Amino acid sequence: MRLRVLSLLVSPAFLAACGSGGTIQGSNLSDYASVFAAASLTDSFKALGSAFQTAHPGITVQFNFAGTPTLVTQIEQGAAADVFASADTTNMDKLKADGFTSANSQVFAHNKLEIVVGAGNPKHITGLADLAKPGVIYITEAATVPAGKYALQSLASAGVKVTPKSLETDVKSVVSKIELGEADAGIVYVTDVKAAGSTVAGVPIPDSVNVIATYPIVAIKGTPNLDVADTFIAYVLSADGQAMLQSFGFLPAS
Amino acid sequence: MRRERVPIAVGILAASGAAFFILPLLGLIVRSPWGDAIKALTAPDTVEALKLSLVASLSATVIALVFGVPLAWVFARVEFRGRNLLRALTTLPMVLPPVVGGIALLLAFGRRGLVGSWLDSTFGITLPFTTAGVVMAETFVAMPFLIITVEAGLRSMDRRYEEAARTLGAKRWTVFTRVTLPLIGPSLFAGAVLCWARALGEFGATITFAGNFPGVTQTMPLAVYLLLGTDHEASYILSLVLLVISLGVLVALRHRWLGSA
Repeated sequence: MRLRVLSLLVSPAFLAACGSGGTIQGSNLSDYASVFAAASLTDSFKALGSAFQTAHPGITVQFNFAGTPTLVTQIEQGAAADVFASADTTNMDKLKADGFTSANSQVFAHNKLEIVVGAGNPKHITGLADLAKPGVIYITEAATVPAGKYALQSLASAGVKVTPKSLETDVKSVVSKIELGEADAGIVYVTDVKAAGSTVAGVPIPDSVNVIATYPIVAIKGTPNLDVADTFIAYVLSADGQAMLQSFGFLPAS
Repeated sequence: MRRERVPIAVGILAASGAAFFILPLLGLIVRSPWGDAIKALTAPDTVEALKLSLVASLSATVIALVFGVPLAWVFARVEFRGRNLLRALTTLPMVLPPVVGGIALLLAFGRRGLVGSWLDSTFGITLPFTTAGVVMAETFVAMPFLIITVEAGLRSMDRRYEEAARTLGAKRWTVFTRVTLPLIGPSLFAGAVLCWARALGEFGATITFAGNFPGVTQTMPLAVYLLLGTDHEASYILSLVLLVISLGVLVALRHRWLGSA
């Protein structure tokens, strides 16, 4: 009984630890890399990973997707990460300042914000100002997550004051709560709306008040899988990798 | 009891097992910034999260008592077809990943859920993103602990006291409140404390079903998780608070777990 109680209490932490596993496969052979990537990269990096593995037979990449600050914490606490792909420069700079990066990071993509609403836009949201309309349940990401920080910047430059109903831990949970119909609108990346397909709809945010997100990537210092890590990063920056990222709605790196 | 000689292999394995539990606790204690403890604990967000956690977990415990004791009584005393299945269903959240519980709650009580859509259209009540939603998520995950503990108490008590009271002319309700409840008092207490502690630590179902907003749905475990991304040290301190409370629960229930030795 007591053990069961404790195991339930610690389960989120345990799951987080499991997500960062993968040292076993990668122990000494350099045919493996563990990529820690921002939640907004989930779909694009999965596709990129399969393409990379096809291009490099025998090499395995494993992904751990989470909110960027969560990834930084996991890496700084010793998770076996070989590559870190961040959704902002702030978290990348922090990891670099703390001495966990092997080289200077490289920008591999940009992204911008979009309003996500239910399929068919039932609440007739046309822009940021509509998020403050009465009867609209607006949710966003916590300001600790890059998307949440950008959303605040965008709302501020549009002069819109709105209190969200929830500060979710990453963009994907915002999208899923819109899909489920629990909330009416949220601010996520253009790529998240695209990835969700027909289950949601997107309302563009004008460039004048939009925020351009910068995605840097780097290999983690001291990893035994540095060769594979660098090969993967090179692939992300290659013409093939860039074309694939753009097919998911990302803006080109340069 | 005669003292048993411990075989070396068993001793090593047992010590490693114990270290597995003790080391993480030590890590938390050693790495916590004790100097900043007061500052972290009195930060407005922390105070709000602590208050919300207490209110929600105590509400969940009261609700669990109101509905869980009758359920436990039915399981312990009434023979009916499908009892084992029903018991399994009501204790399922003990082994179910809490996130799955949260999704299931959304599909039942969310704005488009089986019952939730009716609640919304008829009464204008929506539960996600409200403190009531937090209480529901916590009750869902924690009530099974109360049910199984109270049921065990009811099964192991000596029913002759109830029969004696009945033969002396006591009404069923009187027997229940004056004889049964006092007899299962320790189980009731243990069940309620376990239920409360589980509710207090609830994370997955809460963040999935109720979301996260300071003062409304952001309980202590949610605050700990979010602080980890920005202010590690504050999150260590808050973790310690939860740890101390959990330890307190085990100490309060020590007679139940460790015997009265």
